[in-house]
Amino acid sequence: MRLLALCAIPLVTALVVLGVPVFRGRRVPVALLLVVAAAHLALVISLWITPALPALGGWLAADPLGLAVLTLTSVLFLVTAIYIVGYLRYEAPRSGRVFAGGLLAFLAAASVVALSHHLAMLWVGMEATTLSVAPLVFLHRDRRSLEATWKYLVVSSVGIALALLGTFFLASAQGEIGRPLLLPDLIAHARELHPAWLRAAFLFLLVGFGTKMGLAPMHTWKPDTYGEAPSLVSGLMAGSLTSCAFLGVARITEVLAAARLVSFAQPVLIAFGLLSLVVAATFIIGQRDVKRLLAYSSVEHMGLLVLGLGLGGVGAYGTMLHLVNNGLAKGWMFLVTGNIVLATGSATAAANRGLARTLPASATLLVLGLFAVTGSPPFGLFLSEFTILRAAIDGGHAWIAVIILVTLAVIFVGMAALVLGIVLGTPPAPAGTARRIVPARESPWLIAGPIALAVIVLMLGVYVPGPLQDILTRAALALGGRGP
Amino acid sequence: MRDAAPIILLLVVLSDLAILGTSRLSSCIRGLAAQGFLLGLLPVLIAPQLSVHAVSLAVGTVIVKGVALPWFLSWAIREAAVRREIEPIVGFIASQLLGALAVALAFAIASRLPLHTVQPLLVPVSLATLMVGFIVLTTRRKALVQVVGYVILENGVYLFGLTQTESVPFLIELGVLLDVFVGVFIMGIVVFHINREFDSLDATRLTELTD
Amino acid sequence: MSGAGLIGVGILGAVAPALPGIVAKTKSVLTGRRGPPVLQLYADLGKLLRKGSVYSRTTTWVFRAGPVVVLVTLAVAALLLPLDGREAPARFTGDLVAFAGLLALGRFALVLAGLDTGSSFEGLGASREVTIASFAEPTLFLCFIALVLATGDLSLSGMLGTPLAAAWPRAGASLSLVGISLFVLLLAENSRVPVDDPATHLELTMIHEVIVLDHGGPDLALILYSSALKLALFGVLVVAVFVPRAGFGGPAALALLFAGLGVVAVAVGVVESIMARLRLARVPQLLVGAGTLALFATILQVG
Repeated sequence: MRLLALCAIPLVTALVVLGVPVFRGRRVPVALLLVVAAAHLALVISLWITPALPALGGWLAADPLGLAVLTLTSVLFLVTAIYIVGYLRYEAPRSGRVFAGGLLAFLAAASVVALSHHLAMLWVGMEATTLSVAPLVFLHRDRRSLEATWKYLVVSSVGIALALLGTFFLASAQGEIGRPLLLPDLIAHARELHPAWLRAAFLFLLVGFGTKMGLAPMHTWKPDTYGEAPSLVSGLMAGSLTSCAFLGVARITEVLAAARLVSFAQPVLIAFGLLSLVVAATFIIGQRDVKRLLAYSSVEHMGLLVLGLGLGGVGAYGTMLHLVNNGLAKGWMFLVTGNIVLATGSATAAANRGLARTLPASATLLVLGLFAVTGSPPFGLFLSEFTILRAAIDGGHAWIAVIILVTLAVIFVGMAALVLGIVLGTPPAPAGTARRIVPARESPWLIAGPIALAVIVLMLGVYVPGPLQDILTRAALALGGRGP
Repeated sequence: MRDAAPIILLLVVLSDLAILGTSRLSSCIRGLAAQGFLLGLLPVLIAPQLSVHAVSLAVGTVIVKGVALPWFLSWAIREAAVRREIEPIVGFIASQLLGALAVALAFAIASRLPLHTVQPLLVPVSLATLMVGFIVLTTRRKALVQVVGYVILENGVYLFGLTQTESVPFLIELGVLLDVFVGVFIMGIVVFHINREFDSLDATRLTELTD
Repeated sequence: MSGAGLIGVGILGAVAPALPGIVAKTKSVLTGRRGPPVLQLYADLGKLLRKGSVYSRTTTWVFRAGPVVVLVTLAVAALLLPLDGREAPARFTGDLVAFAGLLALGRFALVLAGLDTGSSFEGLGASREVTIASFAEPTLFLCFIALVLATGDLSLSGMLGTPLAAAWPRAGASLSLVGISLFVLLLAENSRVPVDDPATHLELTMIHEVIVLDHGGPDLALILYSSALKLALFGVLVVAVFVPRAGFGGPAALALLFAGLGVVAVAVGVVESIMARLRLARVPQLLVGAGTLALFATILQVG
């Protein structure tokens, strides 16, 4: 019942916002967004306390893997909704109901992806997330965002089509007996699945969902899309959408693990992971736009996720922990970048300097976020990246550990160059006058969210709460790995 | 009834090749509509017995792929006032040869795949349609034709899905159809805006965003 | 070499000039005119044969040999076709290559004769003709390959004869595609719309007509007759694929063949009436399309 509500409430609200004429006009029904977000998070927390029974004949169920992604999505959405309250003081989207409707539809679709145990329904949810975000990317309606939306749509659609083919291959793997594509069923009968079809399904699902994740070489849409979409949308995409896409990859890995075919999957995952790391490092050097920088950082972290998955052992736990940490950190960084864009109109190095003096709160959060996102202690990402490194060394792949360290170092240098370049220095004097630089008072709505996320990421770097650790460990076990 | 299915599948391949070889956008869309109708006929012809599932899927496919999508794309053409595709990145003749090659490849691959289906032609035709859709998507310049390529790609995947009628229940097929429709709808809107903003549908002009 | 077979070839040779007449009549009727009589070409041939010839000083024996070579090659090629649906007057394994080769030889001779005049118009037409041929020949071979795969016989008598009748139930779709492809080839090789317009009087838009621009008198008669014969030969190919006549007796099969030829001529007339000539740049596209159909037919046999 609760599972159904988690998917249905945002969906129904979205349909109401889009359909009912009272919402016509420019105003965004932000109160509605907040209510739905709060209700969603409350339901999710209740799932932690008392687990829910599978619904819809087993199609919807909250297993550890799905619960982790769902919680991440819910938290990010609530934080974003709070942020939107402050955002609307400065910017008004052309169509309020498309904005709200798209966000709510995204929440519904992401919930479906997280809770779905029927793999074809997972696909439907994934496609729905793609489509619900597209109008949001397009919000500014200028040439650049148009181009970004077009590339996003074309590349994502092709990836999703390949993922659908992979899903059908999975169905073919069942051979003569046609059973519904329910995950517990597949895992139970995994040994009977036809290995050739299963491997083909894995490859296509990896490429298809990997396109949505933004793994190299299917990442080409990411910098453009994250760069041109409003920052809060990019934050949701980088934090939540990519995690949902990763869920797709994780599900097929679960089936492969149950079918004892992990040895086929691991080299492929490791290859994609390393490629993403190298590509991210290459393109981060000399990057001049913070949002594009964060997009490449997202590519890097997606690479780390599949790398951990491919390394196995404790790497699976590292991946799960990293999923949570990265999602929260990306949401944090993008929201802070959004503040900068609201204040100065652009996130490029050319337009920003000396933010420490003009936007002290956001600048501090930005610098702290830099350290978080690049995996410095004491933030949570350090712990998860260290776990993945440990998995590499444990498995005897010391060369992988070396590549990880080198690329992370390069990425740190690249990101620090841009971020510190914007934050430090003397801000340009306001045009025509020689006024003293006065730090702007930033709306509490705009910084409350990032601060909350930062606190959580900081806490996760020091101490992982018991229930969370339990959930992540169980997810890692399902993926063929082990706990810490 | 069973014998009609291979002919329909062959007509699907012919429609693929026809779309590849034409430069008139209206012909592309007509070919797409024809393909949609053919695809809609297949569930009732393939199903071992006529069920509500098969009939509703057939009706839904005909409505979405045979009527709604082509009508919407025609609207987009009229709005953008484009009639012809300019010489694509891979020329028309080369495209057709590539398409023929793709068909040959699809038949070759399908003969090696271990698959038990009611209709053996389904797998090679689905792979061929998939590849042709990919070719159209990647080698054409006009954004609208790229959308047509995407729909052909989805048609190929849909064809493959017809081999798995038990594992992929009706609700999912409906969801897939809906997704495709909404996807094309959104793409159409974006194309409309592209035309307004850039005064052309040439997707190769979208080069402002770069590192 | 059976006597009956030779008689069939003789009747084909006699009937051939009627085909362009049927085409012209169909076009006229469809456009609301009375048009020339069906047997007009016979009268034209008679008139031309009674005339003398004027030869330019720039031409050599090549120019004079051209029309003769064309006629001879076409006549020999006619011997390879099974007109009664069972057996051709001359058959050997692989005679399909000989058929294509003879047609190519004829075309080659005609093109050379055109080039021999030293005029730029003939050169123009010659290059166009050869371009179209370079697309048409592979298509013809692909059609032949599809027929070989369907019938399992490497001789034209088998490919177009009894085994073909047996192959129809099995490979009907494939053979239909081959038939359509052959029809497009017929239009291309015989300079019909949409590939070439036989009625155009502008040298810059002609292909076949312009090569033979300088021929006159008996030479022109030979060339006109050869064109009609070529149309008949391709018509036989198309009819043989669509109407396998293995089950009929000799005379009945022949009658069916000529009836079929008449239908093909009417079809050509209809196509010429409803379509316009394609731009020259689009002609290769059409032929590649026909080739793709034939390739697809081949794939269907193999896959």
